[in-house]
Amino acid sequence: MSDDIIAPLENYIINQIIKQPKRALKPDEPLISSGLIDSFNLVDLALFVEDTFGVRMDDSELNTQTFDTLDQLTALIHSRRS
Amino acid sequence: MPTFSDILKNHYEHEPEKVSVYLLHSGQPDFPLTYRQLIRGSAGYAGTYARQGLQPGEVIVLILHHGVDLLYAYFGAVLHGAIPAIMPFLTEKLLPERYRADLASLVSVTQPSAIVTYPDFESEVRAALKPGDPVRSVIISDQVVSPCEPDFLTLSGLKRKPEDIALLQHSSGTTGLQKGVALSHQAVFNQLESYRLALHMQADDVFVSWLPLYHDMGLIACYLMPILLGYPLVLMSPFDWVRAPYRLLQAVSRYKGTLSWLPNFAYNFSAQKIRDRDLEGVDLSSWRAISNCSEPMRWESHQAFYERFRTFGLRYEALTTCYAMAENVFAVTQGGIEGQVVVDKVDRDSLQIDRVARPPVNGKATIKMLSTGRPIHNVTVRAVDSHGKDVPDRQIGEIVLKSDCMLTEYYHRLDVTKKAFLDGWYLTGDFGYIADGEVYVTGRKKDLIIVGGKNIYPQDLEQLAMDVPGVHLGRVVAFGIFNETTGTEDVVLAAEVDETDVYERQRIADQIRQVVTRGSAVALRYVHIVSKHWLVKTSSGKTARSANREKFLAEMQKTGQVF
Repeated sequence: MSDDIIAPLENYIINQIIKQPKRALKPDEPLISSGLIDSFNLVDLALFVEDTFGVRMDDSELNTQTFDTLDQLTALIHSRRS
Repeated sequence: MPTFSDILKNHYEHEPEKVSVYLLHSGQPDFPLTYRQLIRGSAGYAGTYARQGLQPGEVIVLILHHGVDLLYAYFGAVLHGAIPAIMPFLTEKLLPERYRADLASLVSVTQPSAIVTYPDFESEVRAALKPGDPVRSVIISDQVVSPCEPDFLTLSGLKRKPEDIALLQHSSGTTGLQKGVALSHQAVFNQLESYRLALHMQADDVFVSWLPLYHDMGLIACYLMPILLGYPLVLMSPFDWVRAPYRLLQAVSRYKGTLSWLPNFAYNFSAQKIRDRDLEGVDLSSWRAISNCSEPMRWESHQAFYERFRTFGLRYEALTTCYAMAENVFAVTQGGIEGQVVVDKVDRDSLQIDRVARPPVNGKATIKMLSTGRPIHNVTVRAVDSHGKDVPDRQIGEIVLKSDCMLTEYYHRLDVTKKAFLDGWYLTGDFGYIADGEVYVTGRKKDLIIVGGKNIYPQDLEQLAMDVPGVHLGRVVAFGIFNETTGTEDVVLAAEVDETDVYERQRIADQIRQVVTRGSAVALRYVHIVSKHWLVKTSSGKTARSANREKFLAEMQKTGQVF
């Protein structure tokens, strides 16, 4: 999957959301269901995705049914860009 | 003095076709619910409770999402004369086994006779119950009697007395769930009558809310008040709001909303995370009172909110304040209705060190304190010292109050109820000062963390962290630190370990985060791993949370980290 998507996503999440820059995220690590990304941060993540990749996510998509891991979110962004 | 059921009957008979609640769900059309529909739906639930053999005066716990089922189940309990108590639903963050433990602790103290939930959550509920529990029935939302004509002659809710307990209200976590605030019909009506006057309520008022109903601000101000007093309520789900905060503003515009209540963080959250494209055509000029309530309020948050939305018609006078607590049903004070909220500029050092609110000193740091307003007319407020004696105006003391709308008791917790009062005055556990009749809240005496308006008991978090291998039993402390950006408190946890290896310490910190988040649904901003004997203890061996908080802040300052 595209590195140009996953790397900035991971970078944003560890630096801006969970604020643990030293932490690495596995591509298949659950983000929402694990509690790593708080519901208060989902709107930030959606705005970041829109600004960075030009892909708009609807608020009804900000849940584990749509994505829970970096891999899944990357796939979603990838499919909407192409 | 009426009871809730008398009022519902009155609405049903006199204005059945009036819309009581507009239910909003993301991705679905708005759903208007008339009093007739609301009460017929509730009558179906009341019939179910009766069939299940539930008695008036018994407690029914509701575990339902925002939606019609919750509304019907709630007022169904009222019509049946039972006592409804809403328990938050399981979230993705919380481990199911922790949720079960919390539910079990609620059941053990509150002794409910029934729990209402959805079919797919039944097994979770049953798993929390054990033989000998008082719960006689688990009622499933799809097996409830259909909405039907209420028979007011036989409904037991109409036989309740004003002094009977009308409802229970819990705060979250293990500790909060064991301390249900029991409120009588009379207390609720005394509050509503007094608060209605304080808000200058008028015929065209429309309430708009996204607040959860298990919270006093959501339950009283944004649910019972409009429904019982007969004002339209536009109700959206907290889950939808947190993902799309612009929906609240769109709803205000669409329904010409006039009244809302928000915790302080929501002002920052809205100002920072809403884009103009989601506000096309939005007109906020109908909004006349947006009351900042339920966590420490900041002048800066009001400014940010106003600056962000003034071009959409938001009026500065609409930014109001309120000091409230479940033990007083809701409001203690209200500010900003009869003129702008009073802002008291004070010298920071005097306030923080001498505990006196003095005028600013040239060249020294000042704080702009937002007044919470004046006590509503049925409430008397004092600020007292540790002996219960009044402190002079502008001097910080503990805020105590007396009213005709106090709780009946912490349900089944006579010990806790007794400790909450001194000579008939309710001890709020909040610090503050009074100046020219205005009440300012400056801090907290009690060890409580408030994140986004939600009360969190530090002992619940500490208990969870102590289960992590490598952490010393009893050597953990949790406290809150205000975050200027988010406008609410961050939770910090310090834990003593023997481990000295940096990577091992990081691993323990990660594990603490995970265990605490999944055990309490509270995210930790910072986990501070320290060596043995770091924590400050009192002479009796108890953890001194405020002293540890000071120590943490001092260390952060030394290392250049800003908190």
